Amino acid sequence: MADVMMMTDSIDAKAAQLGIDLSSVDFDSIRLPPGDDFGIKSDDEDIYQEENLEFDSGFGNTIVVDNLPVVPREKFEKLEGVIRKIYSQIGVIKEDGLWMPVDSDTGKSLGYCFIEYNTPQEAELAKEKTHGYKLDRSHIFAVNMFDDFDRFMKVPDEWAPPETKPYTPGENLQQWLIDAKARDQFVIRAGSDTEVLWNDGRQLKPDPVYKRAFWTESYVQWSPLGTYLATVHRQGAAVWGGATTFNRLMRYAHPQVKLIDFSPREKYLVTYSSHEPSNPRDANRVVINVFDVRTGKVMRDFKGSADDFAIGGTGGVTGVSWPVFRWGGGKDDKYFARIGKNIISVYETETFSLIDKKSLKVENVMDFCWSPTDPILALFVPELGGGNQPARVSLVQIPSKEELRQKNLFSVSDCKMYWQSNGDYLAVKVDRYTKTKKSTYTGFELFRIKERDIPIEVLELENKNDKIIAFAWEPKGHRFAVIHGDNPKPDVSFYSMRSGQNTGRVSKLTTLKGKQANALFWSPTGRFIILAGLKGFNGQLEFYNVDELETMATAEHFMATDIEWDPTGRYVATAVTSVHEMENGFNIWSFNGKLLYRILKDHFFQFLWRPRPPSFLTPEKEEEIAKNLKKYSKKYEAEDQDVSLLLSEQDREKRRMLKEEWEKWVNQWRQLHEDEKLERQKLRDGEASDEEEEYEAKEIEVEELLDVSEEVLSFD
Amino acid sequence: MRPILMKGHERPLTFLKYNRDGDLLFSCAKDHNPTVWFADNGERLGTYRGHNGAVWCCDVSRDSMRLITGSADQTAKLWNVETGQQLYSFNFDSPARAVDFSVGDKLAVITTDPFMELTSAIHVKRIAGDPSDQVGESVLVIRGPHGRINRAVWGPLNMTIISAGEDAVVRIWDSETGKLLKESDKESGHKKTITALSKSADGSHFLTGSLDKSAKLWDTRTLTLIKTYVTERPVNAVAMSPLLNHVVLGGGQDASAVTTTDHRAGKFEAKFFDKILQEEIGGVKGHFGPINALAFNPDGKSFSSGGEDGYVRLHHFDPDYFNIKI
Repeated sequence: MADVMMMTDSIDAKAAQLGIDLSSVDFDSIRLPPGDDFGIKSDDEDIYQEENLEFDSGFGNTIVVDNLPVVPREKFEKLEGVIRKIYSQIGVIKEDGLWMPVDSDTGKSLGYCFIEYNTPQEAELAKEKTHGYKLDRSHIFAVNMFDDFDRFMKVPDEWAPPETKPYTPGENLQQWLIDAKARDQFVIRAGSDTEVLWNDGRQLKPDPVYKRAFWTESYVQWSPLGTYLATVHRQGAAVWGGATTFNRLMRYAHPQVKLIDFSPREKYLVTYSSHEPSNPRDANRVVINVFDVRTGKVMRDFKGSADDFAIGGTGGVTGVSWPVFRWGGGKDDKYFARIGKNIISVYETETFSLIDKKSLKVENVMDFCWSPTDPILALFVPELGGGNQPARVSLVQIPSKEELRQKNLFSVSDCKMYWQSNGDYLAVKVDRYTKTKKSTYTGFELFRIKERDIPIEVLELENKNDKIIAFAWEPKGHRFAVIHGDNPKPDVSFYSMRSGQNTGRVSKLTTLKGKQANALFWSPTGRFIILAGLKGFNGQLEFYNVDELETMATAEHFMATDIEWDPTGRYVATAVTSVHEMENGFNIWSFNGKLLYRILKDHFFQFLWRPRPPSFLTPEKEEEIAKNLKKYSKKYEAEDQDVSLLLSEQDREKRRMLKEEWEKWVNQWRQLHEDEKLERQKLRDGEASDEEEEYEAKEIEVEELLDVSEEVLSFD
Repeated sequence: MRPILMKGHERPLTFLKYNRDGDLLFSCAKDHNPTVWFADNGERLGTYRGHNGAVWCCDVSRDSMRLITGSADQTAKLWNVETGQQLYSFNFDSPARAVDFSVGDKLAVITTDPFMELTSAIHVKRIAGDPSDQVGESVLVIRGPHGRINRAVWGPLNMTIISAGEDAVVRIWDSETGKLLKESDKESGHKKTITALSKSADGSHFLTGSLDKSAKLWDTRTLTLIKTYVTERPVNAVAMSPLLNHVVLGGGQDASAVTTTDHRAGKFEAKFFDKILQEEIGGVKGHFGPINALAFNPDGKSFSSGGEDGYVRLHHFDPDYFNIKI
């Protein structure tokens, strides 16, 4: 601050010296020559690190159009007019932005011209759109960016082997997994600060790891295995991570990036931006880049108008739904796919091209989703031709594009597909019209993927007219929960894909009547579930044990908007984000519904647990641990005990300290108060009663003689 | 014990004050009539009629003879407590807000709001022993801080004046010269408008409440920050128990922002905190609107709260209250 003050002082002095009235100078209109900072350091180091800076005088906006007809001077104007017409459709050409050089000897044009646009985006677009444009048979435009000439000129003629950089060991990006206390991390965003914290359930408080203001310009996101924290900026996305501090590991240049998405194994990062068209009638221009997370290289980019990326089908859904690309194929991020009009385009990541060089043609496909574990696509096609062609759900194997199973469905209004996390089951929620077509009712088609021929079972609720409010599979399990019925008191039912000995039949476990719930949150390890009444229900929470079919606890986090289990299923976070002003902050609960601590933060935007990669233990080993849990848990119980003892000890100590400190204050005040006693009395005109605190209750007895009468009694 | 609901005001309450003996309770509201009640049973004793605007603050002399009130009608008035007769009216060019009698009741501090081109100001007036000798001249006028001054009180031995208001800074002024002596630190101090200020019984420390959802305890002489009490809603009113180490904070969602969603959303509770440990002890519900005023009976056995809803609620503590252990 002091520096700035000094600077303004010296500016004032200088201006006075030069006889300039500072108030008449419009500072915003002053442009400094690019690349010269006049010795003033910018606060924003990022800008200077960014290479793709848009300077007015740069050539990033300029394209070179080649293969124009060579014309004599008379025809200049005509040709110019034609070119101007073609290129001003794409963007605004700068004033004097079109220049066609002339051969001074012949007076003819040279067959090429330069066009300067207002923005590099427009130039880029013009290059894309008109490269290969046929003016006539012998004049096919060759369009290049001006900057590219420079770049390609510099390419040396002889190939030099790339320099092998010496290996520098990086930080251990998985450091957080080997925390001695086996805690989990989470990131929160409140106000301008983004903060990473440990959740210390034992100490009943969060433990700060790293904090940074203005870390991101819109939001943050963990990569699916928790290795990276991604931030979003004007110039692109960045990922951060490391052993102790969050260092920037890589940047992905993508101007005006809006949305980002990782592939499930965090090998690739998909970034998305949408740009306002210069012509308001056009649809927005969408740019999607797929980056390799580690190298930062663009593996593939997709550009086009927003219409091309809108969801297909007959629904006429406008806008782009994110993520555009859905990743599938299980472990290795092998495939990604997007839906278009009548097609599903499946790409594979070896070459980043379409499988078999063509998209999957499915007339009117509405929706699709990948199995979380296998390269299987489930897709839904709605009814066509007024019911002549039934709706269908089919399972397609990738890369063979072979249909594994298909189910035709009649009088369907809508379908939603839910995969179980192991890819064992697929539930399709089918909304059907009643006979009158006036209302709908809902049923489920349950696919058993891992069984031979993929048997399908139809499940209908006992009361067919119940509305389905929420559906959720138990992670890694065979159960699912459904909220059905009418607000404000819907019922919650639990079903199992196994019934008793028979593993091939679905059975109902129980129905809980009249629950204030509209969302389901299974623990990531299964078994426990939170029935939550968010929004309209003001944050009612019920912690339910599905093994025992009993409620463990009911609680409330008033106005809660978000609920998230930690990746181990030990803790739950409920948060009130800044959709409304009041109550912003988060609560941490134990899995069984005990409130551990509560943090209030104004303008609270985001709460995200850091995900963990899957465990390396084999299922057998896990089972063995579960069996001998008592043996293992002893050590941790002892630790818990120690911590809680220590905590209460610390607490006592803290209280004692506070009390002592307070006593000190009070004594000091008493002393001063005593010293000032006389003065105070003087102020009060010597009124002696300074016993402001010490009340003295005096008992005053007053005897009053009311009446005296004398009587003579005769004595017998 | 069930609180006593005192309905006598037609508009939101603004201020509450007990006299020294703790038998009378004075209440100010946005209607124009300050009211006096029996602090024991909540019976209304009378009103002081004469103001022509919202009454923001009042103070009563040590002998319970005089009442001073500050009002939006650009006057501060002196009243005879017993008869309700207006003794004198100090006229200003802008609304009067805070009023406070000095030790000995010979001086009074009155603050005025910024109005038109006028900035806010702190005026010190001499209070005559005999009302007929009363004059309107100020002994001292302090102008300076921007924004409204919501409370101004006397420091120990009338040497200083402590003011706090919209600019979130607590200031200590020399009451002789009007010089600024101390200012609260921007870092540790309040972040938003200070709405309330309450001195301890012996005047050695005071509590401020602010819209930044916190209340802070300060040393009166050094302006050292001693404690901070954090709540979940803007604080409009604060009070300190003279008997136990408790502080009470009242407030709630701003009246204009009260939604119709849920009565719990507003947080219109009076919250009790342990003064030393800064931990919440409990809350007293009841008001249907933010709490604007709080006051403790000098005996520490009851307190009253005044709300935006126009009610004064008089709470006598249950015996359990005096045995709270945390």
